[in-house]
Parts: sequence; C-alpha cells; structure tokens
Amino acid sequence: MIYFIADTWHLWLRYMRATIRLPIWIAVTLIQPVIWLTLFGQLFRRVVELPGFETGSYIEFLSPGVIIMTAMFSGAWSGMGLIDDLHHNVIDRMLATPLHRGAIITARILHASATVVVQSVIILVLSFILGAGWPSFAGTVGVLLAAALITAGFTAMSIGVALLARREETMIAVINFFGLPLAFLSATFMSSQLMPEWMQTVAKANPVNWAVSAARHAVLETNASAVWVNSSLLFVFTLVMVFLATGAFRVYRRTT
Amino acid sequence: MTDAILVENLTKTYKGGVKALQGVSFRVGQGEIFGLLGPNGAGKSTTVRILSTLTQADGGRAEIGGYDVMHAAAGVRRSIGYVAQSTGVDRWATGRENLTLQAQMLRVPRSIVRARVSEMLAWMDLTEPADKLVNTYSGGMKRRLEIAMGLVHEPKVLFLDEPTTGLDPETRRALWLDLKRLRTERNVTVLLTTHYLEEADTLCDRLSIVDHGRVVVEGTPDSLKADIAGDTVTIDIGEATVQADTVLNNVDGVLEVIPDGALVTIRVRDGATAVPAVAAALGKAQITIHTMTVGRASLDDVYLKHTGHHYDAGSAPTTGGQK
Repeated sequence: MIYFIADTWHLWLRYMRATIRLPIWIAVTLIQPVIWLTLFGQLFRRVVELPGFETGSYIEFLSPGVIIMTAMFSGAWSGMGLIDDLHHNVIDRMLATPLHRGAIITARILHASATVVVQSVIILVLSFILGAGWPSFAGTVGVLLAAALITAGFTAMSIGVALLARREETMIAVINFFGLPLAFLSATFMSSQLMPEWMQTVAKANPVNWAVSAARHAVLETNASAVWVNSSLLFVFTLVMVFLATGAFRVYRRTT
Repeated sequence: MTDAILVENLTKTYKGGVKALQGVSFRVGQGEIFGLLGPNGAGKSTTVRILSTLTQADGGRAEIGGYDVMHAAAGVRRSIGYVAQSTGVDRWATGRENLTLQAQMLRVPRSIVRARVSEMLAWMDLTEPADKLVNTYSGGMKRRLEIAMGLVHEPKVLFLDEPTTGLDPETRRALWLDLKRLRTERNVTVLLTTHYLEEADTLCDRLSIVDHGRVVVEGTPDSLKADIAGDTVTIDIGEATVQADTVLNNVDGVLEVIPDGALVTIRVRDGATAVPAVAAALGKAQITIHTMTVGRASLDDVYLKHTGHHYDAGSAPTTGGQK
C-alpha cells in the first residue's frame, strides 16, 4: 500500500511535469470551450426566456455544461498518452520493475483530473468575464468535484480502450463516435425539461448528464441533494471504469 | 553456486499459431556476458521478454538468480535490469528525471537515490546533458541513458535486447566500448541479444545461435569457429544445380558442401590447394564460375554450418514476427 501511494505519486509527478512543460496544451484544450461559451452563449442567449431554465443568464447556465464537456473530452483523450507509452516501450520498461501495477492507471487518472480542475477554474473565470455570476465556495467545490469525477471515469475508460485497441486511429474513431452524442444527449446546452421525452430517458442513464446536473446545481445552488446524488452516481461510474481498465490491463499483459 | 540465468526447455506459441520458441535451454554464470544470436523472428526477444516477466512461457522453466520467473516474479524484477529493443525512455523528461523515476520504481533506498543517479550519469558520460530533455539527445546518448537506467539499482542480471539496433556504425562501436566496461567495472551478468555477428563476436564470452525458436549451437565465439575445420570457399555459380553438388563432393580435399541457392559454400582442408582443383572440376562439368572467394571460418560459417542457410540479419526466415 505504501508502495502503491509512493509509485502513484512519482508517476503523477512525471505526468504533471510533462504537462507543465507544455502549458500550450492547456491553452489548446481551452480553445474549444471558449468557442462554445462565446458562440453558443451568443446564439442561444435568449433561449433562457423559455420556461424550464434555472437561471435568467444563458452563460451562467452554459458554463457548468461546458466545464463538464471539457472534462469529458480531456479524460477521453488521455488514453492517447498511454498508446504513445506503449509504442515507445515505456510500459514494458515499467512492467519489468517491481512498480505497483495499479499506480500506472491511478497516476494517469489523478493527473487528468488535476489538469481538468485547472481548466475548470479558467472556464469559471471566463464565464464570469462574459457576465455569469461567481459561484459560492461550496458551489465551486461542487462543480470542480463533478468535473474531476467525470474526468476520472472517462480517463479510466480511455485507458481501457487504449490497452485493448493499442492504436491511435481506433481511439480517435471511438471518441468521435461517442463524444458529442453523449454531450448532446445531456442537459449541457439545453434544459432537460425542453428535451423530447425519449432524450430525457436516455439522458438519465448518461454519466455526462449526471455530471452536468451535479455541476449546474452546485454552481446555481438550486438543489443540493441533486449534487450529492449525481456525484455519488459519478463516483460509482468511476469505480466501475477503473475496474474495467484494470481488467483491460490484465488482458494486455496476457496477450503480449 | 547457482547459475545467474537458468533456462530450461522454454516453449511459447503466440496466438495465431506462430511458434516463437520450441524448446530453448541455456545457462549463464555470474559475471558472464552471454549472447543470443539470430535473425529477426528467431525468438530472441521472446526469450528475453519471458525472462523479464513481461510475458509467460507455455512450457519449460526459467530462473534468474534462483527466482522462478513465473512463480517469483517480484524477486526477478528486483534482480534484473531490462533495456528494451527500442527506447523506453520518457522523451519529455530530462535524463536525470528519467533515471530518478527508474531508481524509485526499482526501490533504490530513498536516501541514496540522488547520489546513485549522479554516479550512473557520470559512468555513462551523461553528466553534462543530464538536465536537458531526452528529446534533444542523440541515438547513442539515449542508449547510454537506457543502459544507465537498467543498472541504476545495481542488478545481478542485465538484459540488453538488441542494444545497437538502429545506431550508425560509429555509434555502435562507441557503445561496444561502453558495454565492454560492464565486464571490467561491474560484476553484472549480461544477456545480450543481437543479430549482428560481429557484435556477438566482440562482446560475448559465450553465445547461443538461435534459429526458428531453437538453440542451434552453443559455445564461446572462438570454440565455435575452431569447430569448423579448414577454410571456407564460397562459389557463385549463377544458378543452383544438383550437378554442382555432386561434382564438388568428388573433389579431393573437400570436407563438406553446403548449397544455398546459387551460392555454394564448401569447407576444404586447405583453401590454396583446393581452389585450382575446384575450378578444374567445375570447368570440366561445364558449370560457370561467377566468383570464388576463400576465407577463414567466421561466425557466419558457424551459422551456415548449423542452420543450412547464410546469415541474413534483416530477413525473418520464419513466418512469425516478434510481436
């Protein structure tokens, strides 16, 4: 257990160092959210006049959704780093040492979540500049927690896919296939009350929607119990994904 | 005394039916540099991957310093350094950071990590670029860093899987000098795989020639070459004929005829006297001689004698790949 924590910490430092050395990467991943915020923010500005929105400012409504979408994609793409490691024999070199196996997965998850927390704070600041209110301290913690959890879940899923597919092309196809539909089948852009009924049903089973719901209720402080329920669901989702990623790791080790 | 490496009858078949290993056995004593020589696809890398616990054999057993690779993998991992075929370093970290992380993963006591890392950097002449990103390193520097990473915990056994593949000839020679220092300056057992005959000849105390997942022959480079009596004459006859073999077999002084396509190699008691006789016999049978060369026995001849075909490092004579 001590080794597990120490190994995770050392690997986490390695990933964080690489990210800090390439700060441009954080900037690049923020371009999309900025476009969502400004473009959609303008385009749908008056949609909040319809009944069913919890706030009168669309930017305020949209901002937690964009945070979760950014978090989801950050997590989903993080398996690419693992594929790079696989191709450069970094994983093999690690596996030939006594390194705790779980640390390889855990360190990547914690790294992705830490990066997303930084990105989320930047998006909150951007939204504030664009006219949204600043959430309370508890609200900020809530939205960051939801972002970190959805990142963790999608990072674990991404690691699993990476270990089984071992090819960038497959990863790109999987993410492009599932990414945006998952975002649109949630309340990211639109109040769930305004969705067609079938979509509401689908959204209920969509982890992205759980995260959006938790993040939005936290920021707007509209429903504390919804924050807790959805965060708990996300936590379970993350655990299941970590379990599956560990399984994928075992398959990888058996088949090489 | 137990062997540093003990390999008994290892077998491994990959999914899809590729037989990578069909019963490989050898023993390596403490402090020895042992080579596995063979073309790509012969099973060298698979053997090393089994010994470093990265994959499991289907049959047979192997021990590293008394630890069974299947049942005591943790003990094996503490005792070995593994330097893979292609670079396993983190390109976006510095040399020092790579070594430090490797030392931590290999459970070097925390209090001595810093000193050990500096020592290894100095030993591999990397002190000056130690704090630069590995991405800026040359191929030779990367290899030296990898070897340092394999040695940072002072392992009993070091695996070097094709250490000079992909390096230019000059860098390769420079690296050979570094690898020779393993023997003189560190008491470490080395298992080296290579498809370069010259490399095996220069570096190894003993070697096994591997082909199609089997050990074909084992011995010191000198004894293997000495096994081949006399000289070797290689004749290019344009196209292969059975007739040529018969003719050559009947020439006086010819010990053995090894046809390999249009290139026929014969072992003779004495090269100088055999050449005129061979030329005359082939001429009489109206077989054209394109070229004829005489040479002392080399590892290539050893290889040819035991496998029946010329050594061609690049080609994979088996249908299987390495992974």
